[in-house]
Amino acid sequence: MRYLSHTPDDLREMMEVIGIERVEELFDSIPKNARRDSEIAIEPRSEWRLLREFEEMAQANRTGTAFIGAGSYSHHVPAHIPYLASRSEFITSYTPYQPEVSQGTLQAIFEFQTLTGSLLGMEIANASMYDGASALAEAALMAIRVKKKPKIALSRLNHPHYIQVLNTYFKPTDFETAELGALPDGRTDYGKIPEDVSAVIVQSPNFMGVVEDLAAAAEAAHAKGALLVVSFTEAMAWGLLKNPGSQGADIVCGEGKSFGIPQNFGGPGVGMLACKKDFVRTIPGRLVGQTVDKNGERSFVLTLAAREQHIRREKAVSNICTNSGHNALTAAMYMATAGKEGLREIAQINHDKAAYLKAGLERAGFKPLFDAPFFNEFALTAPAEFEKRRGELAEKGFAAGLKLDAFPEYKEYKDAYLFCATEVHTRDVLDAFLESLKFLKEVA
Amino acid sequence: MSQYPGARGLAFKEALLWERGRKGRVGISLPERDVPRSELDAGLVGDKPELPELSEVDVVRHYTRLSTWNFGVDTGTYPLGSCTMKYNPKVNERTAGLPGFANLHPMMPEDCVQGALKLMYELERDLLEITGMHAASLQPSAGAQGELAGMLMIHAYHAHKGKQRHKILMPSTAHGTNPASAALCGYVPVPVQLSPDGVVTPEAIRQVMDEETAGIMITNPNTLGIFERHIAEIAEIIHEKGGLVYGDGANLNALMGYADVEKMGIDVMHVNVHKTLSTPHGGGGPGAGPVVARDVLEPFLPVPRVKKDGDRYSLSSDAPLSIGRLHSFFGSFAVLVRALAYTRTLGKRLKDVTEMAVLNANYVKAELKDAYNLPFPQPSMHECVFNDALQHKQGVTTLDIAKRLIDFGYHPPTVYFPLVVDGALMIEPTETESKADLDGFVEALKTIAEEAGTNPEAVTNTPQNTAVIRPDEVLAARKLILRGEMPR
Repeated sequence: MRYLSHTPDDLREMMEVIGIERVEELFDSIPKNARRDSEIAIEPRSEWRLLREFEEMAQANRTGTAFIGAGSYSHHVPAHIPYLASRSEFITSYTPYQPEVSQGTLQAIFEFQTLTGSLLGMEIANASMYDGASALAEAALMAIRVKKKPKIALSRLNHPHYIQVLNTYFKPTDFETAELGALPDGRTDYGKIPEDVSAVIVQSPNFMGVVEDLAAAAEAAHAKGALLVVSFTEAMAWGLLKNPGSQGADIVCGEGKSFGIPQNFGGPGVGMLACKKDFVRTIPGRLVGQTVDKNGERSFVLTLAAREQHIRREKAVSNICTNSGHNALTAAMYMATAGKEGLREIAQINHDKAAYLKAGLERAGFKPLFDAPFFNEFALTAPAEFEKRRGELAEKGFAAGLKLDAFPEYKEYKDAYLFCATEVHTRDVLDAFLESLKFLKEVA
Repeated sequence: MSQYPGARGLAFKEALLWERGRKGRVGISLPERDVPRSELDAGLVGDKPELPELSEVDVVRHYTRLSTWNFGVDTGTYPLGSCTMKYNPKVNERTAGLPGFANLHPMMPEDCVQGALKLMYELERDLLEITGMHAASLQPSAGAQGELAGMLMIHAYHAHKGKQRHKILMPSTAHGTNPASAALCGYVPVPVQLSPDGVVTPEAIRQVMDEETAGIMITNPNTLGIFERHIAEIAEIIHEKGGLVYGDGANLNALMGYADVEKMGIDVMHVNVHKTLSTPHGGGGPGAGPVVARDVLEPFLPVPRVKKDGDRYSLSSDAPLSIGRLHSFFGSFAVLVRALAYTRTLGKRLKDVTEMAVLNANYVKAELKDAYNLPFPQPSMHECVFNDALQHKQGVTTLDIAKRLIDFGYHPPTVYFPLVVDGALMIEPTETESKADLDGFVEALKTIAEEAGTNPEAVTNTPQNTAVIRPDEVLAARKLILRGEMPR
């Protein structure tokens, strides 16, 4: 086996030092009533056969051209990013417990915290959470720790999967959620926030792609003495939109996978979690801090560990240990690569492509579900013929939108579809897709 | 041993990203503008995000230099106890990068994702084959979320039985994250007395187990590296009182091919694929922490789960007792691809992996037992725990020993954990270290033990060869700087 290097001589010498004659003796402490009695029934593969089997599975997927976002967005990954990120010093290291041999990871995460803070307009960002959904659940728990009221108000236009994850985290607790409904324009209704909530949690752009009025959300939340928690699934939006911090958000959480990380069938991503400085002692997850070393050189260490599970045990603010460090590093590479001007330009192009697609779909007979501003994603009601022939579109390689009423949460949006376009959708592709819809006109 | 891998070399300084930046640089290739510009309402548009401005070359130099300040498994021996820092096979990376996986949108119609679902199904099967358990879910993103999944399942089980319980047994040799995971379910951890030989005994369990206790969180082998030989009896006592057994699977590397998790009496366990199944740790994740369960807990597993019907795969959330969803989509899919590449490469030879991991730990232990104090001399599995009791009298601590090891070119073991051992040095070499590398590591530690007696400053005044030396952690916590100053 090529990953194991002991020769028969090595084995003999090592066993002699240990004082055993057979390796099996080392397992004598496993009693019969805990022993396995058969060999592991998995056949080992050679490297080339393994690759053939995996290529076969990969090819059984049809990636096509997806006009779908809904929490996972197609963006171009610059060639140098996976190249750099795959340096084995980054990939094959552990959590940076020994700062002297982990300054690469530590500085990179400090930079991630800084860039994430800048992007979101927040004072503090942590070293990452698992993904957008767990970041939202942890943000809700954090808000309850700060405000000490066991209830939160949750917009129903948050990503339904994120709401499901939050419910999973809340299930064993006494914490409650109050749902905030949707207005006819596809924005959250802030008019009915209960009095006794720790936080108002709203996603922007929301699941329908609608840009929320975060300043109004902040005002409404703060008027009730609650924190405003802003969630997001599309980090790219903050290249163009006013950031949540500048509009009064207290905690911001979301998914950073759009920044240089492949879609990977949805995971792993990188959860971003940021907050005001005042809440730093209650933020979950790792934090990297700047300090100086024995010679006065600038250096970086994990800090405020007293919040964390390995020190505080059952009194810790969270159980998170391993997070998404390597994806955080990748996201920071992307933000640094795009920079201030590049990110604005790419974000603007995302909006332009989506506007072009939306106009084309409207010409083909789709009707906007909401009259509201959007970034790169929007909901439309389809002509009757569309659903019947969506399979044909799939045959042509187009994933033509996401059916909203297939979600139990959104039954009322009958025949409505969520579409997305990004910088990767060239005009040729957009035109070809719109052309493939011309049957709608013929029917009409 | 005259040549240690640690040596001086040309080390580069590297500024922070924004200190390298110059106004007007862009490092990204901008897409062609082939559609008209569409103006968003000016009231919604913000200032440009304050990000550094760099060229592609700047970014490449920056991260290449940062990488040289890191120690990885590919650099050298990384015997971090409890973390299983084994070699991460490169073919795994190749499989995860296949375009059919990497470019796959998670919300594509089921027809379009049959290969991905098949992969998940096959990995579940392998996890069940390796552990002997009944059903699996791949939702959890990491070990601690797997623990949370297990605790939530136990909580949901008791809720379904009609009576919730409030306590959970927690031996001091459990993993560090366990108490915090239990606390998320509102369970109060109850300590369990360890026997003098470092294991939990049926008597100790009988004393504390009652019908107010939801079950136990137990790590086997425990964090002392000792197999909990009474595990089956312990589970029986827990079960008799209506409780359930959570097995922390972080140490699965010691068990493959030898132990049967279901026979041990464990009801639910997580598997750290970024430990046992060779997926890289990435300097802090992403990992994956699938859970495997006995039949009694299957209905409570997180959803969605993969189903197979003939040749057709589908995802199902139709499980009314399920604890629900834990991930935005389907878990750390790209990590799971790597894990399957590993189980399919090793197959039944996973038993050899376990054998060599245990052999290596016992070899290091035998070689070092005269130089360092061994608080628990009982047979070790995949890791062994020493401490600094001998060196402490000479003014040398575990931390000093760890830092001195760095100069020799070895990553230090886990230090000051488990908490049941004062000044612990927890060594887990893993199976992928060669005898020559282990000999070098052992020699370095023996040299350090000698130095502690003859010239303690040679140990305490370290490391010498690293980019930074003993950063001030107290200052970092007292004068918090969590974010750099971006020039405007």
